Amino acid sequence: MTIRFGASAHRLWAMVLKEFIQMRRDRLTFAMMVGIPLIQLILFGFAINSDPRHLPTAVLDSDRGPFGRALIASMQTSRYFDLVQFVATEDEADALLAEGKVQFVVSIPVDFSRRVARGDRPALLVEADATDPAATSGALGALETMARTALDRDLTGSLAGLKVSPPPFELRLHRRYNQEADTQYNVVPGLMGVVLTMTLVIMTALAVTRERERGTMENLLVMPLRPIEVMLGKIAPYVVVGYIQVAVIVITARLVFAVPIVGSLWLLTLTSVVFIAANLAIGFTFSTVAKNQTQAMQLSFFFFLPSILLSGFMFPFRGMPLWAQYLGEILPLTHFLRVVRGIMLKGNGPAEIAAEVAALAVILLVVSVIAVKRYRQTLD
Amino acid sequence: MTAAAPAIAVEGLSKSFGGRTVVDALSLTVPAGKIMGFLGPNGSGKTTTIRLLCGLLTPDSGRGTCLGLDILTQSPEIRRQIGYMTQKFSFYEDLSIVENLDFVSRVFDLADRKRKVAATLERLGLADRRDQLAGQLSGGWKQRLALAACILHEPRLLLLDEPTAGVDPKARREFWEQIHTLAADGLTVLVSTHYMDEAERCHEIAYLAYGHLLARGTVAEVIAAAGLTTFTAQESGTGSLRIADLVRALAGLPGIDLVAPFGSALHVGGGDAALLRHSLAPFLARADFVWREDAPTLEDVFIHLMGRSTDNFAGGPR
Ligand SMILES: Nc1ncnc2c1ncn2[C@@H]1O[C@H](COP(=O)(O)OP(=O)(O)O)[C@@H](O)[C@H]1O
Ligand SMILES: [Mg+2]
Repeated sequence: MTIRFGASAHRLWAMVLKEFIQMRRDRLTFAMMVGIPLIQLILFGFAINSDPRHLPTAVLDSDRGPFGRALIASMQTSRYFDLVQFVATEDEADALLAEGKVQFVVSIPVDFSRRVARGDRPALLVEADATDPAATSGALGALETMARTALDRDLTGSLAGLKVSPPPFELRLHRRYNQEADTQYNVVPGLMGVVLTMTLVIMTALAVTRERERGTMENLLVMPLRPIEVMLGKIAPYVVVGYIQVAVIVITARLVFAVPIVGSLWLLTLTSVVFIAANLAIGFTFSTVAKNQTQAMQLSFFFFLPSILLSGFMFPFRGMPLWAQYLGEILPLTHFLRVVRGIMLKGNGPAEIAAEVAALAVILLVVSVIAVKRYRQTLD
Repeated sequence: MTAAAPAIAVEGLSKSFGGRTVVDALSLTVPAGKIMGFLGPNGSGKTTTIRLLCGLLTPDSGRGTCLGLDILTQSPEIRRQIGYMTQKFSFYEDLSIVENLDFVSRVFDLADRKRKVAATLERLGLADRRDQLAGQLSGGWKQRLALAACILHEPRLLLLDEPTAGVDPKARREFWEQIHTLAADGLTVLVSTHYMDEAERCHEIAYLAYGHLLARGTVAEVIAAAGLTTFTAQESGTGSLRIADLVRALAGLPGIDLVAPFGSALHVGGGDAALLRHSLAPFLARADFVWREDAPTLEDVFIHLMGRSTDNFAGGPR
């Protein structure tokens, strides 16, 4: 009798087939795997779709000249801005912003009208509470168009020459509280990473604990299966599930939310596998640590929280303190967000994302080694 | 390996969990081709011993071989050549019978896989139910599936852990017929059980209590070695004393190790025949009961052994 060691394709295939059949029988879980990305997208979609108007605005008019008044009038007609208050000092304006009573403060400097007429292109300062970039970006876009046309009606006679671009004054935008000012499109590609992290880690975190709780582990152990075969066998079917989720998200992002996809979908497909596998390996590691399914769920959530908070999904990565950034760097989601945003929004090619994919590969490797080492072949 | 070499030969196996010794210096030899019954009360360490044999647990001390392979260093090879049926059903309830067997046959990378699965289904009468989910099977059919999955790869040694617990008598009988057929084909079987009738179907039995092997041999040998003298008392109907009164009266008397009611009769026994007779003398003289000295049963012996070992554990310095 010959006894072979090393991973065998037969044994691996046995595991994969078994897992697929079990997955097929577990309709509820499968429906959730597809349903979760859809529900999340639709929910977040409200935030993406909404182009908030009537944002409370304060004006600090130190000029009190005709052009300032014209500007204020056109801001009101744009319906993006609701003038709630005129303030006299900058301190007053700051307080309003800090308390969240207004979203914008428009400061018209002294002599604004006179300097426009002189052709000095004076600066108009707009301070925005950009805590939630999605809330302000629409209004700010409108403001920029407005800057070109607001004064057209008043630039008559000898001043008509100023109508040509560049606009007769400079719009100086000062974003407060969120300098990076992610655009709303950041959300959908980011969501892809979040959904994959959440569902895939949980699914494999339950993989081994479920076998243990149902008593099938003893049998699995006594059969000639190697740890690597068990792990790969449990992970492989979920790679397919991960891809189904990616497809659901990309299609919804494109068709429902018209998120532009600048880069190559093939590149995205190719790099996603590293991220998907890394998450599955993390889940598998959890399932070798957890004593039961409840513990496995808890571990998954412990992992999920920093992933959401420190990866740059929730808060701009560079806005975080250094220690948080270091912590963020060891999370697969951090790197995947850069990859997926890079490809979908900036049109990044292989060269630009290589470093991030390499980081993902290192995480995958380290976690896999831990998982295989932790998977015990005895019941001790 | 010659035919005479034992299938299992272990010496001084010990295992403790959290400081509590569960298997204590156990030595056991199972001859090849025999059915060895493994008996003992719950918690006596039967499951633990079986797990030690197939390498699922590492012994704290001791050594030995399974099929001539070292249990400490060669457990992967051992696992390929044994079939282990766990006490709790451990196949996939959300897989059908044939899917479970397919899984096992692929894991063992069996040559001529399809034919072997079909033949095993046929052999155990599972062919008609091949597409039923394991979770929907009754206890008896589940055990058959488990047995089928354990013999699929043609092991040389079967370790069956309480395979018939909770199975109806007819299914039990059929299960034992299968085991005897397998043994006739040359398989060695170590089977743990609580049923006396099953113990009597084994070629040899080993009795374990509190991790100690207390008796070993054929049923007749084990009974003889216990050196038990037993009497059966039946109410004669003439006196005023009843069986229940007798049970109370005998309790705690010297030399009486065993008092067990059987229907309307009472079984009384002890290891020291003289002391037993002395304590029974006043009752033997009364007309209330008809007394008969008879041969002890296996059950008498086990109850006696169990009582004696608790005494040992209670008294002895450990
Ligand atoms: N993994 C374990 N950890 C702690 N105690 C255990 C473990 N396995 C078994 N035991 C204990 O060891 C004793 C013997 O158990 P077991 O071998 O299952 O007995 P049996 O099979 O004869 O009923 C029991 O008291 C049980 O609680
Ligand atoms: Mg047991």
